Amino acid sequence: MNATFLFVVIVLLAAMGYWLGRARALAVAGGKGRVLHSLPSQHGALVALWAAVPAVIALLAWTLLVPEGQRAVNPWLRVALVVATAGAGLWLALQRVRARQRARNHVEAVIRLLLLLASAVAILTTVGIVLSLLFESLRFFALVPPHEFLLGLDWAPQTAIRADQIGQSGSFGAVPVFVGTLLIAFIAMAVATPVGLMAAIWMAEYAGERVRATVKPVLEILAGVPTVVYGFFAALTVASIVRRAGESIGLEVASESALAAGLVMGIMILPFVASISDDVIRAVPVSLRHGSMALGATHSETVRRVIVPAALPGIVGGVLLGVSRAIGETMIVVMAAGLSANLTANPFAAVTTVTVQIVGLLTGDQEFDSAKTLSAFALGLVLFFVTLALNVLALQIVRRYREAYD
Amino acid sequence: MATSATSTRARVAATLKRRHRSEFLFRAFGLAAIALSLLALATLFIDIVWRARTAFVQTTITLEVFLDESIIDPEGKRDPAELRRSDTQTPIRAALRERFPEVTNQGQRRELYALLSGSAPFLLASRLVREPELIGQRIKVDLLASDDVDMLMKGHISRDLPPEQRQINDRQIGWVDAMVAAGEVRQPFNAGFFTRGDSRDPTTAGVLGAIVGSALTLLVTLALSFPLAIAAAVYLEEFAPDNRWTYLIEININNLAAVPSIVFGLLGLAVFLNFFGLPRSAPLVGGMVLSLMTLPVIIIAARAAIAAVPPSIREAAMGVGASPVQVVFHHVVPLALPGILTGTIIGMARALGETAPLLMIGMVAFIVDTPKGFTDAASVLPVQIFLWADSPERAFVERTAAATLVLLGFLVVMNATAVYLRRRFEVRY
Repeated sequence: MNATFLFVVIVLLAAMGYWLGRARALAVAGGKGRVLHSLPSQHGALVALWAAVPAVIALLAWTLLVPEGQRAVNPWLRVALVVATAGAGLWLALQRVRARQRARNHVEAVIRLLLLLASAVAILTTVGIVLSLLFESLRFFALVPPHEFLLGLDWAPQTAIRADQIGQSGSFGAVPVFVGTLLIAFIAMAVATPVGLMAAIWMAEYAGERVRATVKPVLEILAGVPTVVYGFFAALTVASIVRRAGESIGLEVASESALAAGLVMGIMILPFVASISDDVIRAVPVSLRHGSMALGATHSETVRRVIVPAALPGIVGGVLLGVSRAIGETMIVVMAAGLSANLTANPFAAVTTVTVQIVGLLTGDQEFDSAKTLSAFALGLVLFFVTLALNVLALQIVRRYREAYD
Repeated sequence: MATSATSTRARVAATLKRRHRSEFLFRAFGLAAIALSLLALATLFIDIVWRARTAFVQTTITLEVFLDESIIDPEGKRDPAELRRSDTQTPIRAALRERFPEVTNQGQRRELYALLSGSAPFLLASRLVREPELIGQRIKVDLLASDDVDMLMKGHISRDLPPEQRQINDRQIGWVDAMVAAGEVRQPFNAGFFTRGDSRDPTTAGVLGAIVGSALTLLVTLALSFPLAIAAAVYLEEFAPDNRWTYLIEININNLAAVPSIVFGLLGLAVFLNFFGLPRSAPLVGGMVLSLMTLPVIIIAARAAIAAVPPSIREAAMGVGASPVQVVFHHVVPLALPGILTGTIIGMARALGETAPLLMIGMVAFIVDTPKGFTDAASVLPVQIFLWADSPERAFVERTAAATLVLLGFLVVMNATAVYLRRRFEVRY
């Protein structure tokens, strides 16, 4: 008698309730449907609800309230409870079927409640994210003080698994990880911002309708490529190109250089920046363009001095959203960036990022009371709030500085 | 007056050349940016297709093997379970020695045996399970070559390298060449790539397990996110009062769409696995995590589709006596359905390509068997790509690229379906 079976029983009883309720309503109407306030099917649905809802609540209450030890005493007790609740609900509801009963209003109230609950899933998800990250992070900060985590310069999360192991006490200064993340994000944005913006300007200002109609969807393909594919491309192709190019001009390049990961991440973010910039540039009213050109400005002068300044809040917002993506991007850096935390700003060196560390810390052994695994949640907390702040900031900028034309 | 006009004109004329040059440069920069983006896209695809091109054939070596019953099935019972574990390696090795009788040295024989894939005996054994009548006969069998021979034949191991830098020595290359000359080395279509699961041995590694895992995971995602997204979108567009609660829900949906995917993985790990104790590596949990991620995407698309249904439809339905719920479910949602489906397919395509959150919930484990249910340990296509990309063997590179092509193929089909739906059913009011 598992819960799945009981669930099927409840569904069957509800279906029976629907059929009985509908038949009952038809009988009450005596063949004259218009004496009924609600449709027979709505009466049926109400009876079905009365059969199912109390029974599900009873099942949940049993699972939550009856302690583990006593459940085994009599497994049939649960079955009896559920069936009795469903049966009683069904019978009571059947008795109440009347011509003037407002079955439709009751059923629709329940439907509206369900719709509300469905939209509340978004809130539940956010609450779940915040609570789970906070809860595990608090356990981490009980082991490692927050200032050491946020300001320490040494990141070596390998802790001893057994007490008798020597050394490897682990240190959790996350600054090198943050710096690595920012370095790669900076490289990515240094690629994505100018190229994306210029591409958007060209598409919005210079390209003909037909060229634009082909180029724009092709660019959007770049945004649809899974990040694991970019990661493969970065690790295998771009990394070796970067290394060879660096060595040919006499530079020492790590095989997992920040530059390779950053370049490919820039390609990934590029269509995103281009698409948002294109939208905001096209939203600038034509009258501004015409005004500027009537004063004798060339097309590029109009773009640089009139259109881009007018679209700037939107562009800045898009770039900030791009930064937020770069910081949260995982697969490219997991596959193409390093695991060891070096505190450096050299793009040819191997650095690590927050997301690489989270993956590295949580895909090995699973010990949920060690500082090593818990530190991943602290990193996740920082990641969540930084990206959240960037998103909110981007929306604020767009909203506050948007020029209201016409 | 005249002088100032001429001086203005003179100033304009003096700078005009420079201004036109900067106009030309600006335009060239824009074109260069577009060209650079398109070049990046082309490089990405050409690189992957080029690397994958050799993965669709697989090198085999034809040998005449005597399937000695006294070795393979000494008791003669033809029991399938016994046959599956039977010793097929001894007859295969005997066949190799027979093919190259001049090799007598023990070390050289080991090199000879290494020409064949370590999985070749298992494949022969499972063939004998299907065709037990072959036992006792002397037959020609196509046996999988080792990954090194495969790489040599496909040109991924250069013969020009000094011998100590390649995994295959000159003697072995000699044997391979002898068999090529005798027509005993073939490269048939690599069907195993599509019919087998993961393997540590690159010659037998396939994507079927990952495809099934992806299908199961997406099924869970779809079953959870589609009804929830429609319900949420209907509520927000049709019933929600204009108050703080609604505003809070809207803010949450927009923010969730921008939360890094790995954070959803942390949520799944902390809540679904550690708190509710659901099984690790299971498509069920993977689908749940992905549905939380795709929900905002589908909700936003569904809201746009519902908002596009004109008010006249609602008013007409109300006018003939429909209740608000009937208006929505009998008229508005069916009319908005093509738009909702388009959004759903795009959301599913995103979920199919997602890797990071699934690593958090343990879908990264090495799994050979094709998953049979929602709670079996499984992997998915993108995670399979990640795992293979991490493998040191040279032969996994082409398979990683081929798996990427399979993934991209699925994405192309899904997105094309979405575009088709939009074109076919889009109604402009």
